[in-house]
Amino acid sequence: MKLITLNFVTCALKSCKSSPASFPLHPRDATLEVIETDLNLAFLKNILPRLEWNELCVITAELGLPPLPSSPPTREDLVVKPEGEVAEGAEAEEEASQTAKDLHRVLLETTVKEGKLVCGNCGHEYKVMEGVPNFLLPGHLV
Amino acid sequence: MLPTPSTSHVCFDRVYEPAEDSFLLLDTLSSNSEAAFLQNRFSNAQTTPPLVLEVGVGSGVVLAFTAANAERIFGREDILTIGTDINSFACQAAAQTIRTAITEYGHGKTVSLDVVNGDLASCLRPRSVDVFIFNPPYVPADLPDFARHEKYNILPDGQKKTTFEQDSYLLELSYAGGEDGMVVTNRMLDQIPEILSRGRGVAYVLLCAQNRPEAVKQRIRQWGPGWFTETVGSSGKQAGWEKLQIVRIWKEQA
Repeated sequence: MKLITLNFVTCALKSCKSSPASFPLHPRDATLEVIETDLNLAFLKNILPRLEWNELCVITAELGLPPLPSSPPTREDLVVKPEGEVAEGAEAEEEASQTAKDLHRVLLETTVKEGKLVCGNCGHEYKVMEGVPNFLLPGHLV
Repeated sequence: MLPTPSTSHVCFDRVYEPAEDSFLLLDTLSSNSEAAFLQNRFSNAQTTPPLVLEVGVGSGVVLAFTAANAERIFGREDILTIGTDINSFACQAAAQTIRTAITEYGHGKTVSLDVVNGDLASCLRPRSVDVFIFNPPYVPADLPDFARHEKYNILPDGQKKTTFEQDSYLLELSYAGGEDGMVVTNRMLDQIPEILSRGRGVAYVLLCAQNRPEAVKQRIRQWGPGWFTETVGSSGKQAGWEKLQIVRIWKEQA
């Protein structure tokens, strides 16, 4: 499970949805695996407004990953400024900055292989097995 | 014709095999009229990438097709896809189908989140889904006994293979829809207003003739002001009745 997925999921219990504590789910006893993929700069720039930055910082801290910048990066932060003069009308190929590379590594390449995701509201633990989180609730909770 | 994703690695003894319903979804989503509708909503490259959720991915053929043909369907390549299935074996199979399709002919631009094991869309954050796709278990047949789910959703202790009873149960999940074939679909329809994003959310749901699609559409229109639904794809005409149809559900801004 990619860490970016945690930006979009929450506790499956209906009664938890309205509680702010049910997001984000907290990884626990996690075995991480880095799976390299191509960096997509246009995607990273466009996804920024959809990221819950403070919650992402919480997750990376809980996983003991290198800290993310405390405030969310801007689109400009993700691109290396071109050196020297760019010829008029020339469409320069944009280069990903270190910030973009770090963000790509955390969001899209860092995955939870085994472990648990814990709801901060009800405490329910969802297992992650072979990279697949299991959000099915036992019968008595549905 | 856009290529159909490969599902040759999938074991169809316990995961639903792509069939007429799956192909109707592919044809509808990539039709000129639906592509025009979706591009009008999503093609602006300055907006955030739309999140596409498919519930009950099965082999993953529909979500893989959508991901790999994002440019043709949405007018942009940077879309996000996430899938859910109640069958953990389907989750593993679909993840591979999607990975392969994106690498082979999707230019690697679409970002596939994960395929998660879950009940319908219960684990998605409210108001987060821009495009929702559902090919439900729509056959009027008794629902399987969910008490067996936990046991049948994993490989038997110490075994490398599933049992015959287990496979039958897992396949039943993919097609049996209870009374009128609508029990699971009705539960899902109830969640749709909660999960769709405000302003641009749109849902595609497949129905068969026994589901009484006209009555279903009538109920959706009664959700409240602004809700619309119409049939945007169909197949298998029999004596004037469409055997299968895709309904699009969306809300217009007031």
